[in-house]
Amino acid sequence: MQWEAVIGLEIHAQLATKTKIFSGASTAFGAEPNTQACAIDLALPGTLPVFNKEALEMAVMFGTAINAEIGKTSVFDRKNYFYPDSPKGYQTSQLFYPIVGLGQLDIALDDGSIKTIGVTRAHLEEDAGKSLHEKFANMSGIDLNRAGTPLLEIVSEPDMRSAEEAVAYAKKIHSIVTSLGICDGNMAEGSFRVDCNVSVRHKGAEKLGNRTESKNINSFRFIEKAIKGEIIRQIEILEDGGKIDQETRLYDAEKDTTRTMRSKEEANDYRYFPCPDLLPIVIEDDYITAIRNNLPELPDARKQRFITQYKLSEYDALNLSADKAQANFYEAVVAQCKDAKLAANWMLGEFAKMLNQNDLSIEHSPVSEHKLGQLLTRIKDNTLATNGAKQVLEALWSEEDEVDSIIAAKGLKQVTDTGAIEVIVREVVSNCDKQVQQYIAAEPDKRGKMLGFFMGQIMKASKGKANPGQVQALLVPILDELC
Amino acid sequence: MALDKSDVDKIAHLARINIEEKDTQAYLDNITSILDLVDQMQAVDTANVEPLAHPMDAIQRLRADDITESNQRELLQSVAPAVEEGLFLVPKVID
Amino acid sequence: MFSKTIAQLSQGLQTGEFSACELTRNYLDRISAQDSKFNSYITVTPELAMQQAKAADKSISAGTANAMTGIPIAHKDIFCSKGVRTSAGSKMLDNFISPYDATVIEKFNAVQSVSLGKTNMDEFAMGSSNENSYYGAVTNPWGENRVPGGSSGGSAAAVAAQLAPGSTGTDTGGSIRQPAALTNLTGIKPTYGRVSRFGMIAFASSLDQAGPITKTAEDAAMMLNVMAGFDPKDSTSSNTAVDDYTATLNQPLKGLKIGLPKEFFSADLNPDIANRVQDALKEYQTLGAELKEISLPNTALAIPAYYIIAPAEASSNLSRFDGVKFGHRCENPVDLEDMYKRTRGEGFGTEVKRRILVGTYALSEGFYDAYYKKAQQIRRLIQQDFVNALKEVDVIMGPTTPQPAFKIGEKTADPIDMYMEDIYTLSLNLAGLPGMSIPCGQVDNLPVGLQIIGNYFAEQRLLNAAHMFQQATDWHTQTAPGL
Repeated sequence: MQWEAVIGLEIHAQLATKTKIFSGASTAFGAEPNTQACAIDLALPGTLPVFNKEALEMAVMFGTAINAEIGKTSVFDRKNYFYPDSPKGYQTSQLFYPIVGLGQLDIALDDGSIKTIGVTRAHLEEDAGKSLHEKFANMSGIDLNRAGTPLLEIVSEPDMRSAEEAVAYAKKIHSIVTSLGICDGNMAEGSFRVDCNVSVRHKGAEKLGNRTESKNINSFRFIEKAIKGEIIRQIEILEDGGKIDQETRLYDAEKDTTRTMRSKEEANDYRYFPCPDLLPIVIEDDYITAIRNNLPELPDARKQRFITQYKLSEYDALNLSADKAQANFYEAVVAQCKDAKLAANWMLGEFAKMLNQNDLSIEHSPVSEHKLGQLLTRIKDNTLATNGAKQVLEALWSEEDEVDSIIAAKGLKQVTDTGAIEVIVREVVSNCDKQVQQYIAAEPDKRGKMLGFFMGQIMKASKGKANPGQVQALLVPILDELC
Repeated sequence: MALDKSDVDKIAHLARINIEEKDTQAYLDNITSILDLVDQMQAVDTANVEPLAHPMDAIQRLRADDITESNQRELLQSVAPAVEEGLFLVPKVID
Repeated sequence: MFSKTIAQLSQGLQTGEFSACELTRNYLDRISAQDSKFNSYITVTPELAMQQAKAADKSISAGTANAMTGIPIAHKDIFCSKGVRTSAGSKMLDNFISPYDATVIEKFNAVQSVSLGKTNMDEFAMGSSNENSYYGAVTNPWGENRVPGGSSGGSAAAVAAQLAPGSTGTDTGGSIRQPAALTNLTGIKPTYGRVSRFGMIAFASSLDQAGPITKTAEDAAMMLNVMAGFDPKDSTSSNTAVDDYTATLNQPLKGLKIGLPKEFFSADLNPDIANRVQDALKEYQTLGAELKEISLPNTALAIPAYYIIAPAEASSNLSRFDGVKFGHRCENPVDLEDMYKRTRGEGFGTEVKRRILVGTYALSEGFYDAYYKKAQQIRRLIQQDFVNALKEVDVIMGPTTPQPAFKIGEKTADPIDMYMEDIYTLSLNLAGLPGMSIPCGQVDNLPVGLQIIGNYFAEQRLLNAAHMFQQATDWHTQTAPGL
């Protein structure tokens, strides 16, 4: 019996406005508790909301970027529920008439294929505050700085069938919102939150199984793990003859499991109704057209540009252009070292490896684009060989020093003086008589493979500093002389 | 619409209001008579009538994205029942 | 001094007949001596008042004063006043010292009126008799154990007892007009959106409006001049230009077309009230007006529509009273749910709890269409009735209330009894139209009110019609016996 997973994602993107969606308090991250919660955010009696025009513009930007229907009349509704981080006792959201309707986008899968994923809708709503549970015995501390920050909730169609697809979709949305500049995409700080709706059914079945919603997943890696884990969990239960409870689950990154969220155990009746303190948002075609015509570069367009401008392969272009921060980093590195291919190799190779090993996103790289650019410049001008360059990168990673001073301190400068190299080559050749005889004895077309031994010896003798290209250029004629 | 005590309990829970057992019947009676009163509405045909949410035929005005509020934590928390280290305290919330 | 109108007091201040300090001191002393009989004030603010009076006197001598400078005003305790307890007549806010001023209060401060204190009211504006106040019932100066009406009962009683020359009130279903009618005063509920709701503790957001309660239409015009105007902090505030309401008070009424809805003059109407109203209408004819019978066919549906819409909006507006950020919190909460339930169970009175329960039910799962949506549809029908009628006539008139001031305790057994008090006033709030009540006679020595209804933003016309009637009659000059 084949099982099929059906996955939909609800993504909450915090919009990068300066102020809250309904008040003029700052949304800057990291302020002291409740120093950015004004009377309106605290829901003091008599306070009223006034709608932030930037939040509207950002929502419409997103809608046009995914070719979605834009709601020319949209309405704010109240979602009523009691929770300490929700000061009014309701969240202002949009249920009946959202600002963005049906849209779609393409995701690239690992096997190179493209799949279209539908976006059901995207709507504006306000974020809640934060609760701190660990600080006080038996009490929780509520910080309402975040209350009222604008969110764009992006709801996908349940079109995904694997954790891989879900991650690709989430990354695409991330790429779009960061490229548009409407969200900083910082998952660790909570400005990009992904909730995963997962259900399973027998392959070919039409009806959807009961789904669970998993929350509190703050990296793409964890999204993949959480979904995979949830699929397995559900299949196991169903194969045992059990049922899946429709519920909300919290992901625990340390244990790599999800568990039932206690506070959401009872089904909530949110009693949605249009908010009487706000009037319908009405926008004209001109407004929408102007936004559509002025969108910043989107990920797909950027990928195409990387292919044509930097002559990159489809694969390289995709991987370098997908994440906006990465794309910007790459272009800065290229501007510095003037070698698009070299930059691509390093960014997708050694540099990516270092980021992954240290579990860092590119925004938190200790090595700046300028430093990496300088490093690659030194490779291009033959100051550094590959091995030496790797050492410099490691040093940069921990020490924050300058490229050239590291090269000097570690004595990594390649020997490029042909004369000096020739001396070493001749010395090795004269000391390795046995291998030289094997070389002479071998068929000419088999000799290429035997160069490796000599190269190794020469590199060792030069303490890795000889430029391999130059070594090879000198070695072959010297050996051939003896044949 | 026939309500019973358990309905009153459910609604009271949704509204997070403590209703004493001894008062439930009175609330039930009152609410029932109000709902009987409003049932008059059902007799009217409103099939093609657009609901009127706001008396004025106006649309939402937009506010510029400028910071207009400064930190007033001390003043605004002066009216709070329980505050510590700048945080509002509530009985522990278990997720 | 206490029988003078605001217009007369304004004159007196300008000519130096008395100072603002003297005037204020006199009112404060009188409140001190007399208010225990009426219980019209919840909080008197003598220091603040004297401070403001001193500053007013300075402006008056400097010649920079406004017509309302130095005039003592009492404010319904629903307007947030900075540094002063703002209770909304409820135990829930008994300890709430507002950290900010409502826009209405700011506007009076800007012209340097003097704030005498905060007046008693039905809790959270829910009531028609001021018997629902945490601070006790208010006595109507016109009858020892009679109600002054509600919810602005304290505001009306204060002016009728000459404990303030004018006061602010709010009207959601008749709460300015009905108390004015029961206490022989003039009260006007402006067009929805005419006066800012920022800082006015919300009951039913799409119905609430603030307005003055005074002895004369001229006084009401003077106060409305201060109160009216666009407020960027209130999304439902209207941008329509503000008229000078005093400028057209004396326009002759010749040709004024007065509509008389047959539904307001049904067989159920108390014949004594009907007679007073008919006499008033005859007076209007003498002044040159024409009477015309009209119909507002959906009048009877105003009650059911109102008693769904108002409680529904209120149930949501009052969710912010949760013991977390301000107001009452129960002692020693065991857990969060206990805190919410006991805080709200203790903090709210019976009528408020009743309406929250009704409103919660009306919005709950499965009932939204039958109740809330249906009520909003009926609301449109009611609005259409008025709009159509006002094409044929300039103003609409009728009785304000079905009976004069009833006894304290007379209608508290059955809430429906109390709701019927507002039978003539409710429909106006649903339509958002402006309406006034002015004295037009007495029945058994108790005042009777004439309601005048106008088109959107036609406050000038209403005040003009009222003023001309008051020039030709003297009902409004009568003071409560024994005063």
